[in-house]
Amino acid sequence: MGVVEVRWHGRGGQGTVLASRILAKAAFYEGKWPQAFPFFGAERRGAPVMAFTRIGSYEIKLRSQVYEPDVLVIVDPLLVRLPDVYRGLKRGGTIVANTRAGPESLPGEAETRGTVDATGIALELGLRVAGLPVPNTAMVGAVARVTGLAGLDSVRRAIGEMLGSRAEENVRAAELGYERVRVI
Amino acid sequence: MTAQASRLAEGGRWDIITANHAVAHAARLARVQVVPAYPITPQTTIVEYLADFIERGELDARYIRVESEHSAMAAAIGASTVGARAFTATASQGLLLMHEVLHWAVGARLPIGMAVVNRAVGPPWSIHVDHQDAISQRDTGWLQLFVSSNQEALDSVLMMYKVAESPDVLLPFMVCLDGFVLSHTYAPVNIPDQGDVDSFLPPYDPPHWRMDPDAPITYGNLVMPDQLYMEMRWSIDRASRAAKDRLKEISTEFAEKFGRYHGSAIYERWSQDSDYLMVASGTLASEAEVAIEELRREGESVGLVKIRLYRPFPGEEITELAAGKKGIIVVDRSVSFGHGGPLASDLRASLYHAEDRPPVVGFIAGLGGRDVRVRDLKAIFRSAKRKISEGVDRVSYWYGLKVREVGE
Repeated sequence: MGVVEVRWHGRGGQGTVLASRILAKAAFYEGKWPQAFPFFGAERRGAPVMAFTRIGSYEIKLRSQVYEPDVLVIVDPLLVRLPDVYRGLKRGGTIVANTRAGPESLPGEAETRGTVDATGIALELGLRVAGLPVPNTAMVGAVARVTGLAGLDSVRRAIGEMLGSRAEENVRAAELGYERVRVI
Repeated sequence: MTAQASRLAEGGRWDIITANHAVAHAARLARVQVVPAYPITPQTTIVEYLADFIERGELDARYIRVESEHSAMAAAIGASTVGARAFTATASQGLLLMHEVLHWAVGARLPIGMAVVNRAVGPPWSIHVDHQDAISQRDTGWLQLFVSSNQEALDSVLMMYKVAESPDVLLPFMVCLDGFVLSHTYAPVNIPDQGDVDSFLPPYDPPHWRMDPDAPITYGNLVMPDQLYMEMRWSIDRASRAAKDRLKEISTEFAEKFGRYHGSAIYERWSQDSDYLMVASGTLASEAEVAIEELRREGESVGLVKIRLYRPFPGEEITELAAGKKGIIVVDRSVSFGHGGPLASDLRASLYHAEDRPPVVGFIAGLGGRDVRVRDLKAIFRSAKRKISEGVDRVSYWYGLKVREVGE
């Protein structure tokens, strides 16, 4: 396996950067070499943010940002409509989006498309910060299912280790994301 | 090494952490005794993690909240003067503010440890990576080592304390790591066991002098031109050169103990069987390694030399590798205005006396955090080959400008 590059799009406060790290940790448990980093800008709550996860079989030496992702994850439902979000997606790539619409609503250039109502899952489980739903862990579950970059057990373990007292409901969110994602 | 294989090679504990977190673990494992702390992006999380370690009782150290970076270094000097192992961290303008006392630490021969999280210098204001901050401290006498991975950051702090505290060195060191690209990037890191680190790095016991109220001496007095000022400068130069030999031994000892080798003064790949060498430091060298792998697959004959130790400069090591090459390409992430890239010009000077001296072509790239990708480094290589065949007319060319000087 070469290096698989994932680009995450969300808004400040939705846990997008944390999601990029949870996926990295889960992949590491399965013997992969991950790398996760935010877009190096000035993040603000509510403003669009990006994060990246690279997953390889060997130590990753790439240090530049991700411009041509294999996998695009859209954590905020409104960003699905922004053409810029899809920039650089590799031919044969994958999109996983947080939206109530079905996967056929996503651009057809992607070979694999998955959608899940991660915001709905967050609201169902009471996952809120400052009153706003936090869909990140549901999205990690969905990404694990659609891409196979990590198994659900590894995602559970990574969330357990990283989220401490908030682990239980976030593990549940990942499980629901994994179960409910619709893929074409 | 695959992730699996490398995990079997060592003891310790694996975690996915940033390089800043890795550096804080290194300071904890080195049992630093005094941490003067002043925040600055992108360094701040290092001293925050250290505050956590102390608060949780995992590190027995005195944490001093100072009012500036100048004071941070002054406090580190005081601590080292009484024989404590001192550690601090800074970046960019903070390092520049320390400049006066950096010289003091060297003159007093105090093996203080510091992490410099490389960040561009303002104005205009930038929080992003380049090496201008550290390179501007080149002539202070600090040992300067640049790293390109989170693991290398942790391991290098441990190794450099041992180098710096060697009786024939006794100089302070900075481990330089790229802001954000390392400091805020999560990657697997093996955190060694305390017992293993203790058996590698004994407590600091100054062999030369320490401030002691029961045995008072004075230090730093006025010296007249016919006294030993010049000889003391000479001894600093000799000590700096000795550090290169100590690093060589200590890197090998570290590899035997912990199963990891990051190179010594330099790290090289494919340098023997290549017509060209590409030289860089920090994460640019890591990206260049990927670019060179691709170039070699495309039939180009090029190898990598990563400059880890910038001061003392590995001139002899590079001269040896350069013999018989068709050209050396140097990519600098800083600039000496009015001349060129510092790595390129130091390397050119080192090669001057070599009998078989290849042309050197420098490029300045990635200032202020401008991303340098594999495709950029491949373009630099191709441009360098052309320039070498047509004739190189300056130390360094600027790569990737969005504006072009008329006539360039």
